Amino acid sequence: MRMTGRCWVFASPDISTDLVLPNIALRGGPGSERHILAAERPGWSALVSEGDVLVAGRNFGTGSGRPAGLALHGLGIRAILAESIAELFFRTTINEGLACLECPGILDLVREGDTVQIDLATGSVVNTTRGGERVARPLPPLLLNILGAGGLIASLRERGLVEESIRP
Amino acid sequence: MAMTMVEKVIARHGGHDEVVPGDIVECPVDAVVLLDLSFVESPLRPSRIARPDAVSLVFDHLVPAPTVEDAAAQSEARGFAVRHNIGRVYDVGRHGISHQVVLEDRLARPGEILTCNDSHAIGAGALNSLGRGVGTAEMLKILADGTAWFRVPKSISVELTGKLPHRVYPKDVALALAAKLGSVENCCLEFQGSGLADLSVEDRSTISIMCAELSADFAIFPADEVLKEYVGSGYLGAAVWPDRGAVYEREVVLGLGTLAPFVALPGRIPGNTIPVDELPGSVRIDQAFVGSCANGKLSDLQVAAEVVRGASVAPGVRFIVTPASQQIYLEAARLGYVADLLAAGAVVTNPTCGACIGLHMGVLGPGETCITSSTRNFKGRMGSPDAQIYVASSATVATSALTGTLSDPRL
Repeated sequence: MRMTGRCWVFASPDISTDLVLPNIALRGGPGSERHILAAERPGWSALVSEGDVLVAGRNFGTGSGRPAGLALHGLGIRAILAESIAELFFRTTINEGLACLECPGILDLVREGDTVQIDLATGSVVNTTRGGERVARPLPPLLLNILGAGGLIASLRERGLVEESIRP
Repeated sequence: MAMTMVEKVIARHGGHDEVVPGDIVECPVDAVVLLDLSFVESPLRPSRIARPDAVSLVFDHLVPAPTVEDAAAQSEARGFAVRHNIGRVYDVGRHGISHQVVLEDRLARPGEILTCNDSHAIGAGALNSLGRGVGTAEMLKILADGTAWFRVPKSISVELTGKLPHRVYPKDVALALAAKLGSVENCCLEFQGSGLADLSVEDRSTISIMCAELSADFAIFPADEVLKEYVGSGYLGAAVWPDRGAVYEREVVLGLGTLAPFVALPGRIPGNTIPVDELPGSVRIDQAFVGSCANGKLSDLQVAAEVVRGASVAPGVRFIVTPASQQIYLEAARLGYVADLLAAGAVVTNPTCGACIGLHMGVLGPGETCITSSTRNFKGRMGSPDAQIYVASSATVATSALTGTLSDPRL
């Protein structure tokens, strides 16, 4: 599974899911996207295009299990590459169908605006703008299958295991 | 092959003789804790539940319902529980914060795997079990088919020795670990050592819960005499101990007797904690909060009451106390702690996550400073992104409520 995308770089360590998806945006609703990572970088969410890649530092996604990955996917982010990733964010984001890889050295490899080509199965990350490569922790077949299906919910729907709320 | 506690639990559940860090293993889940929050944050529901007897529904994040939407979601949750024959329902009035309820009702047992859609599920480690926080999509899957995948983490051994000094608490142990270890993503923490004898199961859950703030995958205590007494001998069959020769990525030793009261500075916890007596300058506070799954325990209300008894909360300071469960609240009322707190000018609320999550029951305004014994201090966590949050023990919080500034509880 390969993908290519333009990089946005958030180098600070310890970016929490609260920073990605603050309480004010937690209930969703129109216009809530503008709060995504706004405390870290005001106005960023409006700049994201479909297919973009978020590059981050150490301990990305620390904290709460809120649907931060889903929120980033909603903006158009299609892959996350970070120096290291908190496991709850990793599993929540993969399960929601957004590719997420731990890639030590990624902050040395890319600058904002660079394009990268990512191979999810081998972990190869190539900077196609200025050259260079790093190897991310590759995703095992189980997780590649989840991504390939578009996330857990898509496969649960296919198996007839989820339904919509009947609340009026 | 010699394995750590976490490796053993995953290997046994996955049907393997052994596992090593990095392996990915599908495991059946023994206990599932579903929250009121689930019915608000997603419109999706499982169409069937694989093992309804293994599921508990807990009302905790939004109690009592702060909005019409939350009230409607909770009504739906009640109907859902009936329709699917959910094993246990902890509804308003018989409720508590889920991770406290897990302890009180032994919802996870030694050697088991528990999942809950909240990151502080890690607290089940105090029961020698693996508490795995999961997101919405995964909770749907686990309810529907009863399994989850696990990436085997590296294990870090934390040996505790000695005894805690006066006015130093398990919360300070966790904050000291945050200074010593920083963040430990992709690792689990395994506790051992002679210092465990000084820590009750409730104390251990404070430490395990706070390990979520270090991005630990799991934080597990062994099934020693203290735990055996708590769960009873009938539940020890699957209990895990580390094998002699188990491989740890790192081994640290923490002397409990050397510790002082600690505080986390605003913004984050790993690598951002210092002893209270090393704070440069005076920090004025607007709100003091005792509560959350980490520190809304009976011992927290006890120490808060002891500190404020006969004194008054400083003018201009709100001191809010939120017990972690109805059981704790009732016991605290019977023991006179609630009256002591009220007489001093504190507010004592019903059990709920409350101020910890910044949605109701003590939201912070712009420019305010809060000292809290809850779990987190990310920007915006407890309300306004322009508020500053310091994290400490309940003794430190209560002392600060009286002085109006961040204060050392030993003085």
